[in-house]
Amino acid sequence: MSVRSKVIEAIRQIAKEQKVTLPELSDDLSLHETGFDSLAFAILVARLEDDTGVDPFTISEDAAFPATVGDFVRAYENVPA
Amino acid sequence: MSPREIFALRDHLGAELKGRAISDAHDVVSLTDILSQTVLGGRLPELSGCAVLLKLSDQLRSGLAMIELDGIARRMLLCPPDLNTAHLDALIADAGIDAVVTDEPDRWAGSGVSLVVTAQLPLQATAPARTERATEWLMLTSGTSGVPKIVGHTLEALTGAIVAEGPARGSAPVWATFYDIRRYGGLQIFLRAILSGGSMVLSDPHEALGDHVARLKTRGVSHISGTPSHWRKLLMSGSAAQFAPAYVRLSGEIADQAVLDGLKAAFPNSSVGHAYASTEAGVGFAVNDGLEGFPADYLGNRNGVEMKVVDGSLRIRSTRTAHAYVGRSAAALTDDDGFVDSGDIVERRGDRYYFVGRRGGIINIGGLKVHPEEIEAVINRHPDVRMSRAKSRKSPITGGIVVADVILTEGTDPARAKEIRDQILERCRAQLASHKVPAVIRFVEALDVTPAGKLARTDA
Repeated sequence: MSVRSKVIEAIRQIAKEQKVTLPELSDDLSLHETGFDSLAFAILVARLEDDTGVDPFTISEDAAFPATVGDFVRAYENVPA
Repeated sequence: MSPREIFALRDHLGAELKGRAISDAHDVVSLTDILSQTVLGGRLPELSGCAVLLKLSDQLRSGLAMIELDGIARRMLLCPPDLNTAHLDALIADAGIDAVVTDEPDRWAGSGVSLVVTAQLPLQATAPARTERATEWLMLTSGTSGVPKIVGHTLEALTGAIVAEGPARGSAPVWATFYDIRRYGGLQIFLRAILSGGSMVLSDPHEALGDHVARLKTRGVSHISGTPSHWRKLLMSGSAAQFAPAYVRLSGEIADQAVLDGLKAAFPNSSVGHAYASTEAGVGFAVNDGLEGFPADYLGNRNGVEMKVVDGSLRIRSTRTAHAYVGRSAAALTDDDGFVDSGDIVERRGDRYYFVGRRGGIINIGGLKVHPEEIEAVINRHPDVRMSRAKSRKSPITGGIVVADVILTEGTDPARAKEIRDQILERCRAQLASHKVPAVIRFVEALDVTPAGKLARTDA
C-alpha cells in the first residue's frame, strides 16, 4: 500500500470512529475543513507512526504543521526510508 | 504496662497446634511444638531488645524468624525480596539496626552490624521463650524509585482487622497468597493463618504458575489472596481449573467488576471478596457483595475504622494504621487529626464509592488529568479482554494522548482483533470523555507486574 493510501485510509477510519463527516479529500483541502479537531489529528499521527514507523512532526524541530491534506500526505512521503 | 498483657505471635500459638503447618515449594514445617524449636540456632536470647534486620532469601525462614523474634526484639525490619541492596545502608541507619538475621552470614562479615545471626533449617530444639515486650514491626513501602519509606506498626495494629472478624467458622483454614509475606498484603495473610488456627502455604518466585496452583491444591488451600493482577494472570494461565478454594480475596489494586466477575465464573462455589488496605493505612474494610467499589455508608465510623473523603482521596483513621514513618527525615504519616491520606481517589456514583485511581498515577493528556485505571476498567469490561494498561504517549499535536495495551482472554481468535478493537473503542467513546478514549490500542501477550504484584506503571 502506498504511503498516500495509508494516510487516506487512516483519515477515513478515524473520521468513522469520531463520527466526522469528511468532505472529498482533495490535496488542496485545508486540514481545518476536514472537520478533525486536534485530538483527531493526534490520533491520526500516533496511528500513522505505528503503521509507518515515522512521525514527521516530531522528527524535525522546525517542521510547521501542514496546512492542507496534500501537505500532510507529503510530510509522510518525504521522510527518507 | 506489664509484659503479661502483651500478646506476641508465640502467645497465639500456645494451644491446639496439631495438624498445622507452614510450607513453601521445598519444605513443610509443622507448627506442632514450634515454640520449643528455633530457626535461629538457639541464639534468640542474644537478640533480646535489638533492632533486627530480617534479610533472608526465602519466606519460610522469614516467617519462622518472625514468630521467634516477635515479643523479644525491640523492632524488626522486614526486607522484601526485591529490595535494592543499595538502599540497605540508609535503611539500617534510619531504623537504628544493630543486628541482622540472614542466611548469608558471609555477606555481613565486616559490615557495621555487630550481631549477625544465621537462620537455618531444619529447626533445632530449644527452650520456649517468653514474651518480653511489644516488638515494633517495620515494613517498607513498595514505591518504585528512591529509598523506600519505613513504616512502623505494632502487632496489635497489624492484627486489628483479623481480631475484629473473629475466628474462622468451620474447619481451620489453609491460607495462601500470591504476595510475599514480607509485604503488608502478604503479612496480613500470614498473620491470619497464625491467629486463625490454620496453616499457611507460601509462594515461590521461581515456581511456574501451574506448579504453584498444583501445590495449592495438594496442600488443600481453602483461603487465598492476591492482587487483581495476580488473579488475572492465574485466569489467563488456564491453571485455575480444578482448584476450588472456599474464599478468594483481592487487595492491593482496584478490583474492577471484570476481574470480580471473572473470578466468580472461574470459582463458582467460592466467596469472592475484595479488601482495601495499604502499608500505611492498614486494613480499611472488606467488600463481599461481589460488586466493585464500596457502599457509601462505609464512610464515617464503622467497626472502629473512620473514613472520610477530602479533596477526592480516601482518608482513614483507626487503630490499624501504622503509627509513624521511621527515620531521620521521616515525614508525618498522619494529619493533625490522625487521618492517613491513602492517596487513592474515589468517586461517588449513586449509593456507592468507586476507586478511580492513585493521586500519584495521574497522566496528563493535553493539560487534562486522567486516571489510567478508569480507562482500564472500561476496557476490561469487554468480554474478550483479560487485562489492560492505559498510559500516555507523547503527541506533537496535543502534548499527550492515551494509548492502551490489551491482553485478550485465552483462546481468542487473533482474526477477531480488529473487530474487538472497534468494539473496545466504541465502549470507551460511550463511557469516557473524548480525551480519555485510547488513540491507539495494541494487543500484547503480557504486561509487566511488579514484585509487589501490581501492574507496572513506569510512565506514571
